[in-house]
Amino acid sequence: MGGLVEEAVARAHREEWGRIVATLIRVTGDWSLAEDCAQDAFESALARWGRDGVPDNPGAWLTTVAKNHAIDRLRRRANEQSKLKEVMALDDPEDDQLDDRLRLIFTCCHPALTLESRVALTLRTVAGLTTGEIARAFLVPEATMAQRLVRAKGKIRNAGIPYRVPPGHLLGERLPGVLAVLYVLFTEGYSASSGERLVREPLAEEAIRVARILALLMPDEPEVGGLLALMVLQHARRAGRTDAAGDPVSIEEQDRGSWDRAAIAEGLSILRRALRRHRVGGYQLQAVIAAEHASAPNWGQTDFRAIVRAYDDLARLDPSPVIAFNRAIAWGMAEGPTVGLERLDLIADRLEGYYLLPAARADFLRRLGRRREAAEQYERALGLAPSEPETRFLERRLAEVTARE
Amino acid sequence: MQYLLFINNSPDIDPSAPPEKEPMDIEDWVDQMDARGVRKFGDRLQSAADATTVRVRKGELLVTDGPFVEGKDYIAGIDIIECADLDEAIEIARLHPMATAGNIEIRPFWVWED
Repeated sequence: MGGLVEEAVARAHREEWGRIVATLIRVTGDWSLAEDCAQDAFESALARWGRDGVPDNPGAWLTTVAKNHAIDRLRRRANEQSKLKEVMALDDPEDDQLDDRLRLIFTCCHPALTLESRVALTLRTVAGLTTGEIARAFLVPEATMAQRLVRAKGKIRNAGIPYRVPPGHLLGERLPGVLAVLYVLFTEGYSASSGERLVREPLAEEAIRVARILALLMPDEPEVGGLLALMVLQHARRAGRTDAAGDPVSIEEQDRGSWDRAAIAEGLSILRRALRRHRVGGYQLQAVIAAEHASAPNWGQTDFRAIVRAYDDLARLDPSPVIAFNRAIAWGMAEGPTVGLERLDLIADRLEGYYLLPAARADFLRRLGRRREAAEQYERALGLAPSEPETRFLERRLAEVTARE
Repeated sequence: MQYLLFINNSPDIDPSAPPEKEPMDIEDWVDQMDARGVRKFGDRLQSAADATTVRVRKGELLVTDGPFVEGKDYIAGIDIIECADLDEAIEIARLHPMATAGNIEIRPFWVWED
């Protein structure tokens, strides 16, 4: 029975934490108080649900208990009478709570906070991860992470960062900052090497969860849908992305049977809804590319021309060398390795020292059967010191092209 | 909330580059912010070359020429504003011509607990 109660509390924690914290911050303006009272409520749930049974509406139960803890704590403080009145008047309308969570997300992602603080704060207050969990995910000591969170909350209070969703005229410039935080969270979940994978993968899931909340709250913003679709489509391929040793597997060689088809269907439908608004943006275009890969029956039948078109649009929005690089690769896939090599030559001076440039050249040369030149490029890529799993991948390829026929 | 705006000259502005279009000139900014009632005080300062730094160490007075920290950017002026929150302070600062020609640091005043 204990397992069932713990499971119910864990589920309620995933679903209700951000909502409860967000509401308590709105009425008290006190971030630490809000977190402490939410924590108290979940601890009470663990103790009492086992004895009295799981309540019909766990969210309402938790909110009431958290609210009572807040009242107790504020009563003990002499100068908090106005906050106390606000908390006592708190009565739970659902609409307000959706707004509260949106307020919380925008405040955590305020541009006056450093990106690393925004990411940490979002994980702590919106997603409800503990300081220890966040510290482990970012490979920093727990004390460092605790300090970072205290500093961020201190800045919100002292600098007067407002607790609200920005008004319409500011929304356009503030939303990309929120999406960037979610994307950093997501990619952090993937950039992990094999040993770190277990602690990091939940980050990707948290990013998707918060993006789902955001998409629910802002259904008219197609870039929110674009980002959610991108993450859902990439996450659907997670089982195929690494081999048993945890090394990366190129998308060409991934076992497509391991991909999560239900998640791909969901990602495609989210993307279609976003594209229907005809306000295309970078996340939607990246999702289009992910969608082409995810829905191709195999590598050879991938619609690389559609991918090239998406990269053309993306390069117009974002003239960064990495986009230009990926666009050159897509050209090579669509038009053949010779074209790919030419395209890479055109942008090579912008990619000085980037190990993927010789690695991509090597791959095109390998496809053309120019094995000696391919080997040279693999060696050059290895010399640019990528991570360990990437080194193993390049060494395997190098062995292939240098093996006797 | 009360904020002090440090109006800074920026070392990162390339003097040979064509100047960016500023949102309004300084007189218009002062008039607009005074009319909104958010600007409490503000003025331009003499250049850092005219600064004097005073320190007392082990009871001894040390007076030196120039700012304490030598740097390319220096405070060219200050404004004290009173507004709702940091978002409003950012909105006020972004309209200042020196946000384009230099940079503006927004510092909240210390809040004394009563």
